[in-house]
Amino acid sequence: MSTPIVNENVQQRTSITSESIRKRRVIKENLTGYAFISPFVIGFLAFTLIPIITSLYLSFTNYNLFSSPQWIGLQNYIKMFTQDPRYWKSLKVTLIYVFAGVPLRLAFALLVAMLLNTASKAVGLYRSLFYLPSLIGGSVAVSIMWRNIFGDQGIINILFHFLGIPVVRWFGNPTAALWMLIFLSVWQFGSSMLIFLAGLKGIPKSYYEAASMDGANRWRQFTKITLPMLSPVILFNTVMQTIGAFMTFVPAFIISKGTGGPMDGTLLYSLYLFTQGFSFFNMGYASAMAWIMLIIVGILTAIIFATSKFWVHYESEGGR
Amino acid sequence: MRMKSAKWWTYHILVGGFSVLMLYPVVCLLMSSFKESHTIFTTAKSLIPHPWIWTNFTDGWKGIGGNSFGLFIKNTAVLVILTMIGQIISCSLIAFGFARLEFKGKAIWFGIMMVTLMLPNEVVMVPQYIIFSKLGWLNSMKPLVVPAYFGHPFFIFLLVQFIRTIPRELDEAATIDGCNTFNIFYRIILPLIKPALATTAIFSFYWTWDNLLGPVLYLNSPAKYTVSMALNMFLSTETVSNWGAMFAMSIVTLIPVFVIFFIFQRYVVEGISTSGLKG
Repeated sequence: MSTPIVNENVQQRTSITSESIRKRRVIKENLTGYAFISPFVIGFLAFTLIPIITSLYLSFTNYNLFSSPQWIGLQNYIKMFTQDPRYWKSLKVTLIYVFAGVPLRLAFALLVAMLLNTASKAVGLYRSLFYLPSLIGGSVAVSIMWRNIFGDQGIINILFHFLGIPVVRWFGNPTAALWMLIFLSVWQFGSSMLIFLAGLKGIPKSYYEAASMDGANRWRQFTKITLPMLSPVILFNTVMQTIGAFMTFVPAFIISKGTGGPMDGTLLYSLYLFTQGFSFFNMGYASAMAWIMLIIVGILTAIIFATSKFWVHYESEGGR
Repeated sequence: MRMKSAKWWTYHILVGGFSVLMLYPVVCLLMSSFKESHTIFTTAKSLIPHPWIWTNFTDGWKGIGGNSFGLFIKNTAVLVILTMIGQIISCSLIAFGFARLEFKGKAIWFGIMMVTLMLPNEVVMVPQYIIFSKLGWLNSMKPLVVPAYFGHPFFIFLLVQFIRTIPRELDEAATIDGCNTFNIFYRIILPLIKPALATTAIFSFYWTWDNLLGPVLYLNSPAKYTVSMALNMFLSTETVSNWGAMFAMSIVTLIPVFVIFFIFQRYVVEGISTSGLKG
């Protein structure tokens, strides 16, 4: 749209000059464009692309930051999969964390978003209250708090005792400790809830009115209108939350005091990678772990997108 | 005035009760910070402290190893402000470029940006550490601050979406009036995207304030610690005796987050709803 409008009558006479003006204009446009996005281009090269390539190279080496990298071929990868039980443990723990935590969190988020999708004046207040855990969830303070309420004499065990459920020693049992982390992640459903709420507001009321006139009950309205209409948002949330969950670090680090214990029960992938890279200074090994993580996250995302054509419904005007 | 229906009451008791339940852990932390350390666990059953004491806050404020908690807050505040300025300047420039200018390779760069949005930080963590250590930047704020001046994909995406809603006629009118591209950005677009810039500033604050991994990697001397690291150190160095002080300082670190949320709620909620920013 920014190409110059040339008067038809004078076009022939000035075709040479207008051509060179046009060229100069295009060059200028390109330069201006790149000038504006140059911080991103430079930042991408310096802080993303070069590190990624370096990381791939390091993953084939033995490197401890102090002496120069030593090429060892696939040794790191072989060691990871055949000689490192802690690696398998951390992978298993992380997959449980992701596959239990993400669906629970999204289900919760959707349920609450539907409850809040009403005309009530108090919705604004409730929305904020439900969002707060998500807002502060990444902080060290919250992880400290979580340690406290799941402590042997914490409120959760008091509640269990009151309900007649046997008291759980959350820090004594690897499975229980992992669930403590999963509950913490589910508790932070707020940001997904806000995204769902925005999606729900976009569904025309008339759809539900028509459906209830046709005698569809609430459940049918949910499965036939809400879910299909919301499916693009669900897809987006699932992808982002899965990636986010894979990278969880702070709660595992704080709740286990950096050890990943008890018995590696909370040794999330990021925490183990951090331990290998920055406690043991096995930077080659840590890089290899990072690459496997990238591949796993890539595969998961690809699977989610590949299945999406069976369950994600886009409106016929084919927007996004 | 007509009586509220039973349905109304059920809804508000259910949803309101549930929201209170969700916030119970935070309230519990707050109340514990007013309890005497040795009674925190024995009195977990009762929420209200007895007696109410303030010494946890004064104890905690003394900090660790001769560095007061005030210093940690100051360090974090400096880090937050420098990061925020960097994100706002760089992301608004980049977003303007993507949203308004035409140039070769734009689609490719935009695609690259969207991919980096999903890239796990762990992949670049080790090499970045090596690069920053070779530059001699360890034990300084530089590795945490400098990258902020090169944009953040989430904020760029948010701002691009926002700029796209501004009618192009404004730019065209300004061009006719003889405005150059930078002036269109500076005088027309920038004032109009203030709400989105506010969202950027707020989330930039939250993420920097909460960040633990970055400071753990790059800051070694306690005098440079941020609040997250100070809390982490409380947890790892203190024995059971000083829980109260740790809870008190946890509350102190949450106060700015709450205050900013309640003042700028609209921007936070809109930011998440429109761009899917993770909170």
